[in-house]
Amino acid sequence: MRVSYGWLSEYVDVTGYSASDLAEKLTRSGVEVDIVEKLNQGITNVVVGYVKTCEKHPNADKLSLCTVDVGKEEDLQIICGAKNIAAGQKVPVAVPGAVLPGNFKIKKAKLRGVESYGMICSAKELGMNDRLLPKEIQEGILVLPDDTNVGDDILEVLGLNDEVLELELTPNRSDCLSMIGTAYEIAAILGREVKLPLAEVSSSSTIAADKISVKNLSPENCHHYSARYIEEVSIQPSPLWMQNRLMAAGIRPINNIVDITNYVMLEYGQPLHAFDADQLNEGHIEVRLAEKDEKMTTLDEVERTLEESMLLITDGTKPVAIAGVMGGANSEVQAETINILLESAKFSGSSVRITSKKLGLRSESSLRFEKEVNPENVTAALNRAAVLLSQYANGKVADGIVEELSVQNPATNIEISLRKVNDYLGTDLSKEDVKHVFDRLHFSYTETDESNVVVHVPSRRGDITRDVDLIEEVARIHGYDHIPTSLMVGVTTPGSLTKEQKIRRAIRRILTDEGLHEVINYSFTHPSQIKLFPGMYAESKHVKLALPMSEERSTLRTSLIPHLLDVAAYNNNRNQADVRIFETGRVFLTEEETLSRLPEEKELLSILLTGKRETAHWSVQENKVDFYDLKGHVETLFEYLGIIGLEFVSASPNGFHPGRTASIQINTGEQNIELGWIGQLHPSIQQEKDLEEVYILEIALEEVYKLSSFDIEYVSLPKYPAIGRDIAIVVGQTLQIGEIVNSIKETAKELLESVSVFDIYTGEKVSSGKKSVALSLTYRHNERTLTDEEVTELHSKVVEEIEKSFNAELRK
Amino acid sequence: MKEQLEALKLEALKELESVNDSKTLNDFRVKYLGKKGPLTEILRGMGKLSNEERPVIGQVANEVRSAIGNAIQSKQDEISRKELENRLKEETIDITLPGRKPTQGAIHPLNKVIQDIEDIFVGMGYTVEEGPEVEKDYYNFEALNLPKDHPARDMQDTFYITEEFLMRTHTSPVQIRTMEAKKGEVPIKIICPGRVYRRDDDDATHSHAFTQIEGLVIDKNVRMSDLKGTLLQFVQEMYGKDTQIRLRPSFFPFTEPSAEVDITCANCKGDGCRICKQTGWIEILGSGMVHPRVLEMAGYDPNEYSGFAFGMGVERIAMLKYGIDDIRHFFTNDLRFLNQFVRI
Repeated sequence: MRVSYGWLSEYVDVTGYSASDLAEKLTRSGVEVDIVEKLNQGITNVVVGYVKTCEKHPNADKLSLCTVDVGKEEDLQIICGAKNIAAGQKVPVAVPGAVLPGNFKIKKAKLRGVESYGMICSAKELGMNDRLLPKEIQEGILVLPDDTNVGDDILEVLGLNDEVLELELTPNRSDCLSMIGTAYEIAAILGREVKLPLAEVSSSSTIAADKISVKNLSPENCHHYSARYIEEVSIQPSPLWMQNRLMAAGIRPINNIVDITNYVMLEYGQPLHAFDADQLNEGHIEVRLAEKDEKMTTLDEVERTLEESMLLITDGTKPVAIAGVMGGANSEVQAETINILLESAKFSGSSVRITSKKLGLRSESSLRFEKEVNPENVTAALNRAAVLLSQYANGKVADGIVEELSVQNPATNIEISLRKVNDYLGTDLSKEDVKHVFDRLHFSYTETDESNVVVHVPSRRGDITRDVDLIEEVARIHGYDHIPTSLMVGVTTPGSLTKEQKIRRAIRRILTDEGLHEVINYSFTHPSQIKLFPGMYAESKHVKLALPMSEERSTLRTSLIPHLLDVAAYNNNRNQADVRIFETGRVFLTEEETLSRLPEEKELLSILLTGKRETAHWSVQENKVDFYDLKGHVETLFEYLGIIGLEFVSASPNGFHPGRTASIQINTGEQNIELGWIGQLHPSIQQEKDLEEVYILEIALEEVYKLSSFDIEYVSLPKYPAIGRDIAIVVGQTLQIGEIVNSIKETAKELLESVSVFDIYTGEKVSSGKKSVALSLTYRHNERTLTDEEVTELHSKVVEEIEKSFNAELRK
Repeated sequence: MKEQLEALKLEALKELESVNDSKTLNDFRVKYLGKKGPLTEILRGMGKLSNEERPVIGQVANEVRSAIGNAIQSKQDEISRKELENRLKEETIDITLPGRKPTQGAIHPLNKVIQDIEDIFVGMGYTVEEGPEVEKDYYNFEALNLPKDHPARDMQDTFYITEEFLMRTHTSPVQIRTMEAKKGEVPIKIICPGRVYRRDDDDATHSHAFTQIEGLVIDKNVRMSDLKGTLLQFVQEMYGKDTQIRLRPSFFPFTEPSAEVDITCANCKGDGCRICKQTGWIEILGSGMVHPRVLEMAGYDPNEYSGFAFGMGVERIAMLKYGIDDIRHFFTNDLRFLNQFVRI
């Protein structure tokens, strides 16, 4: 809502407060003012001039040479380039010495050999928003009404001395979608009175009911329909002051009839509509719901196909308006219109809202109906418009209102106790303080006993329905700044994070300590991304948005990997080839094509490594990351989280390199749980994403949360010495060394403290298809010193077993 | 013989002066003190001396031996010192070359901010609750006093999946789920961080997905002044002890009274600058007293219980805190962006 400061001051005395003062006060008490716009953008010395003569410039085809009377002794000779200039016009003239917006100074000038003393201005040159003016005026000079006084200051004539407060209204404060509503708010803040406009109709001898009739067939959607009949209007432009105010509010002036309906809508917040009464069948109005696929052409010349839920105004034979949204072209007020049926109604907010949403048609009218207009203003606004129509369109207002009222406005009376106010706000207000707030708001009340009052809420404040709403009024008018600060009384509670939350933080901490960056990606993705890399939940159906903003963001992700690949590609394209990142986030899984219950939201951890292992350094040979870098991150992470029994089992799921991928499993002793996958991205996807070798991991965190343990159980340090033995063997190249390690563990049992691989060699020194493996074993007994003999005996069993099981050849 | 010994001593000490390395020194030791050396030779001839001469000469011979021995020792020390000096000199490195740094990753700035906020509220006795990102219309709207076709639903343009299911537009449904799970028990003191979704075109200040963190307190006798006090405590922990707050009346369907909360601009300390648009204040929170209708629907009698709720956008807080100018940076994950948050 754009509120003119000058116009507002007609309803409430704002003496002593500038527009910006009011803006600050409104904002601090709950009606936010977005900006305060000065209409005068820097004009001085522009006056109304009368074009006495207008001839072609002797030396230029497109220029005119004019003699202009600006109310001074001497007329001015001015050269003008506008097409629409003509003798006999009243126009804005910037006389020599004038300044136009943008600090544009007007001086005497010579144009093609002829002197020009000033400039005739267009609306744009005056800094006006000419979007609301007719096209020929936008392209040429601003032509003023003939009755404008020559020599008058243009700022006065065009109302440019005004300022406009642009209100950013919350949905509850639709009362401020009107000048009067805003005036009540200002009056409450400043503690002043509201002056209502004149709305006393003097009617003619014609009886309205003889000329028009109203029938409401949809009382649940149309609560009140009232109409007046105005005869013999003369259609002409509305007075300039009215046009100025409409334009300040952002509404296009059309003609006096339409302008008056809009003007009153701005005053009262009650939308009105004027029908050409002679286009209505016998002056009849019938309110009903549309029929399926019924069609009508609205004022904007668009044919609309209607639905059964839409409320229509008809004349019994044809639709003439979509109730509360837009009038029909067939009954529009035009230059030839003589008699008018003026509509003022209360349509149900949700009905208008649904209709305007379905038609994609929002208007100043629908905007107000949607939020429920004040039922008391239906008649007041009708009468006010009738007064203005007789004043500015010479209309004769027929006697009486023709109406159907189906829903009475219930009075809102709310009892409120002083104690509740103070208990709720934590304040120490007296009853007088509270009453004072209601006085300022112009809410009447009845005192029921010492501490209680019953407040009679005026119908303009439909947002107030409960005692807490009144408490808010008390708080905001009294001032939120005057509410003290306190801390809760009552039991203290211990705050804490859940186990899951702690572990999530631990994962972040360890992976970042290992040099990985945490990333966050969107949950929406392109279906092709899911197809390219289905991840662990390939069998899940996809959750899709009903109306996505783009295909790119239409489907909920089922894996975090595709977006991680995009992050790697994004960074690669910016010369950042070494990407080591992880994300914890949710994927969305369902078995249903169409949801009938919430999808499962699984939290995953994904890691991506690509590029070099080490940061570039003069002393370090640069190596690319490989499977074992990623595996090491996982091993450390699980150790850190206290999870034991981690197993890597060869696997070849979709999207991964079949020879370089493992399923990560946990052997809990009772069962094997698959947590996720680790491996190299399949080279064909790598190529499609234009990446270097990429290693990826994705695991479900639910099990990780369950299996993690913060408990540390101390094991005493060994008291007896360990004995080390190394083994070097040659085995088949494809043999997985994990199998040898398992065999060693099985044979050596509890006396084996550890086994590690310290060398692997393939090449000239071993025959082809073979590899040499060197392992280091440590034996120890916890309760005594092992003898060399028993270790030698055990160790040779271990070696024998390896030789036998893996056809291994011992290197000596 | 005595003269012979003295001459030997002089000769040896003189020769020692020119010895400069360990090897020559060793040869020198063998030459003078070794088994075939002149001193040993002389001492062998002692047998021929008289009983009177023998102890005198013996003493002189021992003196000469120890003088040479001591001289060798100090020469040895000198040489070792010199050799160590030389070795250390050779070992000198260029300390201006860069070190081998273990790389350190960064927690994403949004999660960093969430963790900071969580820590403050956990310290004030709150627990952290989470909820689903795909929600039922009921939890996202209806139970929050936003019935179907309520104009206030326009405040949040929604991604629907079906008529009943949608992407949550705020973290407030977690409030309702928590209240339902608590089945009328008090106190409730929770904060709920999480991702939310709105149909906005992505630009420098809008994102179709962003992060909220909100709080809820329900108990007997919870007052609006408690809300003010709690928020003051929070912002002073978060932004410093001299931070002040200002509440402005506003509207949210699920709170009444409702308030927008401004804090004094951390950049200009309230004097007015570009960041706070010359007002000295920066809006960071929405808040209010829980609407009685919301309490009723979740099974709490509004005549017996009251509560407050507040919510903030994590991106906004992070942008203000770090001076980030474009919300899209949080989701682009440019390493040059992430690298800047390595510091604690």
